[in-house]
Amino acid sequence: MIKFKLNGRDVSLDVPEDTPLLWALRDDLGLTGTKFGCGVGQCGACTVHVGGRATRSCVTPISAIEGADVTTIEGLDPEGRHPLQEAWQEIQVPQCGYCQSGQIMQAASLLRDYPDPTDEDIDGVMGGSLCRCMTYIRIRKAIKEAAAAMKSAKTEGDHSNG
Amino acid sequence: MGKLERIAAQQDRAAGRGLSRRGFLSAAVGSSFLFGFARESKAAQTYPLGAPLPPPEFEPNIWCSVAPDGTINVNIIRAEMGQHIGTALARIIADEMEADWDKVKITYVDTDPKWGLMVTGGSWSVWMTWDVFRQAGAAARTILVEEGAKLLGIPASSCHARNGRVIGGSYSISFGDIVAKAKPTRSFTPDQMKSLPLKPASERRLIGKPVKSLDIPSKTNGTAIYGIDAKIDGMVYGRPKMPPTRYGSKVVSVDDSEAKKVPGYIRYITLEDPSDTVPGWVVVLAKSYPAAIRATDLLKVEWTPGKTANVTEKQIQDRGRELIAKSDVGTMIFNDKGVDEAFKGAKRVLEQEYTCASVMHYQLEPMNAIAQLKDGTWEVHCGNQWQTLFLPVIAKALGVPESKVKMVSYLLGGGFGRRLNGDYAIPAALASKAIGGKPVKLILTRSDDMQFDSIRSPSVQKVRVALDEKNTIVGFEHHATAGWPTEVMAGPFMEKGVDGKPYDQFAIAGADSWYDFGTFRVRAISNDLAKETFRPGWLRSVSAGWTPWAQECFLDELAHELGKDPVAFRLELLNGNGPEGRNKGKAPDSNGGALRQAAVVKRLAEKAGWGKPLPKDTALGMATTFGQERGMPTWTAGAVKVHVDRTTGVVTCQKIWLVLDAGTIVDPDGALAQTEGGALWGLSMALCEGSEIVDGVCRDRNLDTYTPLRMPDVPEMDIEFVESTEKPMGLGEPGVTTIGAAIGNAIFNAVGIRLRHMPVRPEDVLAALKEKGAA
Repeated sequence: MIKFKLNGRDVSLDVPEDTPLLWALRDDLGLTGTKFGCGVGQCGACTVHVGGRATRSCVTPISAIEGADVTTIEGLDPEGRHPLQEAWQEIQVPQCGYCQSGQIMQAASLLRDYPDPTDEDIDGVMGGSLCRCMTYIRIRKAIKEAAAAMKSAKTEGDHSNG
Repeated sequence: MGKLERIAAQQDRAAGRGLSRRGFLSAAVGSSFLFGFARESKAAQTYPLGAPLPPPEFEPNIWCSVAPDGTINVNIIRAEMGQHIGTALARIIADEMEADWDKVKITYVDTDPKWGLMVTGGSWSVWMTWDVFRQAGAAARTILVEEGAKLLGIPASSCHARNGRVIGGSYSISFGDIVAKAKPTRSFTPDQMKSLPLKPASERRLIGKPVKSLDIPSKTNGTAIYGIDAKIDGMVYGRPKMPPTRYGSKVVSVDDSEAKKVPGYIRYITLEDPSDTVPGWVVVLAKSYPAAIRATDLLKVEWTPGKTANVTEKQIQDRGRELIAKSDVGTMIFNDKGVDEAFKGAKRVLEQEYTCASVMHYQLEPMNAIAQLKDGTWEVHCGNQWQTLFLPVIAKALGVPESKVKMVSYLLGGGFGRRLNGDYAIPAALASKAIGGKPVKLILTRSDDMQFDSIRSPSVQKVRVALDEKNTIVGFEHHATAGWPTEVMAGPFMEKGVDGKPYDQFAIAGADSWYDFGTFRVRAISNDLAKETFRPGWLRSVSAGWTPWAQECFLDELAHELGKDPVAFRLELLNGNGPEGRNKGKAPDSNGGALRQAAVVKRLAEKAGWGKPLPKDTALGMATTFGQERGMPTWTAGAVKVHVDRTTGVVTCQKIWLVLDAGTIVDPDGALAQTEGGALWGLSMALCEGSEIVDGVCRDRNLDTYTPLRMPDVPEMDIEFVESTEKPMGLGEPGVTTIGAAIGNAIFNAVGIRLRHMPVRPEDVLAALKEKGAA
């Protein structure tokens, strides 16, 4: 029995220890927003956060996340209105959309490390996430827009607190 | 016979059907409408997501309905694979109807004969639906105005519809209230439908205006449901064990002693496939997909391989060369009178060979399907682009009539033509049949998916030109050979050449250009070894993604040979002249002809700063096409700026410019997105992709060796659409078509080497630079 936190809730799961987190999420826990793409950690469609870090769930055995805090696209924001999700909609990023959960989770991790990312930061971090529809121009634009929105929200927050 | 009627009739022939079917197909092409149908199809996904279906109080035709609360539903028979097609098509109907866009929702429907031809490909969707949906909208509007006028007590002639209301003087009533109160039932005969007045372009209020696509929000929060996300109670999971060759492999023995040790393993099934779609496939069933993956890895199967077990890409290409050298094979698409004389009497004949490697789809959602027998009907749940083609194949595999098979629609995690070939539905259906119709969810791992991808065939092309003593082009020949997808999967759907022989239009389109070459011969040849070895596929932009690699590169070679500027040279040739007046164009589809292509070339040259000096080893290159096909031309001109690193051989594309005239643009942002993605596909295929047949199968099995373009390789892009009120053409693929040749031409302009094989690899660049330096 593996126990961990999923999108803020405690879950326990009785599956073989080597079950990839991806399939546990999709088939055992019913969260299908996380996608199967390459199965070898190279496309990024399966990206979730484990302990706040972007993690390829297709190559992460469930045994490795015992006690960890896991966040999927469904739990990124309670209302699906994370600044990245808002920017993604505003800029109309997705085409087929299949990679976009992973792109957004990867971008959320990027913005945690680089709140004001340069093009090089974006290339470096997002280069691991394949978009076969090639929506890259819009992904870049949306990341920058979300970064700006988060910055101005923080500034406003600082003012109201101060 | 119009293009659409022809397509419908070809499908009929393909399926061996008679008149009755043609009757309903005509519904899809706008010559008649069906009324009073029972609502049978359950929507797989309705957008906004989760919105309930309205009670079908008013259905003026099968395409749309208006509920008493004013909600307007539009039925979409096209697959949603990233083109936001439901939004674009609903805009057409809603505009003509004068609907309130905020009340419009779309429903992706399951297969039902009433929908007619269900195919999503060829960049056809908007172009095919344009007339049908405008007529459907006009029918709804006409009836709503009549009924609304009665309720208002005002003559219909004094009323008009606007933004979901019927207005007469200072009075108005909403569409919903009209439906609730009047319960309209009126219908039209097909002739009446055709004569309904359509709005002039100046009265359009939604078409051409910005809109947020209805499918996008669900694609940002994990709620969008793709085929791979479908679930059915009690389903088991399956993974195929792939035989050594695509065709002809026979199972000799199966040993599951190791597989049995995997917890959750259920059994294996050696498929018996009357449709011969998946010969030699074995399916492993398990209680979870990870168990199915592991058990399949451990299952030992011995096969007698098919005869192509040792075939290589080189052998396929050499076979192509052999075929091109024979003058009596293939089909003539153009074969102008006097072309042989032009070559015989020529002062000079120049020729070149161009080749392209295999290209893989790598649609991000691996192939998958769920099949089950439910209440006597076989249900196949999957994302698919050509239900009309594959539903009969599923029926044949299962040995049941087509009426006993239903395909349920889902979002597609990428199509790009891969899901026009529905082969993946067959193993799911056969596995389910083997266990009494219980639901089986079959998923291919990426490696399975790529081993037998329906690849873009490798191709060999030969282009030749005849010049007279004034260096005027008097004859041109374009010969192309590749595996033909349509021949393999949809034979009767092929077109007929000028010699009456069949050919695959998707394996030559693009070569049949609008240039005035004096006399022109275009010949398409099916590569039999390719066809025997793999299942040739339709891949985004089909042949229009590789025929310009030969013709547009060769035109640049020719321009340089003759000391002419490549842009000016093309403009000379795009003059509208040519045998049988064929380059003048024909309304409504190709109105204006070659002169519209010349116009986008001129505009491109202005935008890209053609002819201006650039830094060392940096240059522009350009190419022009007519998009996908002569019958539906999207006039396209593309330029790229590249830098070539002489020490590493790396070609970097710094910027792409595209100018497209696709007639009326229905959904501007969707059009732009499709073109952005298409252009990057073009770039990726030119520099980053390309595979190879090794031992009869695709060499690449995952991203470790197959390397499509990623974020750091994306150039700056400048895309412009010509403002137009002409009939809308397609935009799903034309963005791809010019880029490869523009890259080849730019490399020559930058460092003086001519590369004639796509993709262009750094080692090819270095070798050519070395050769040039040595020469």
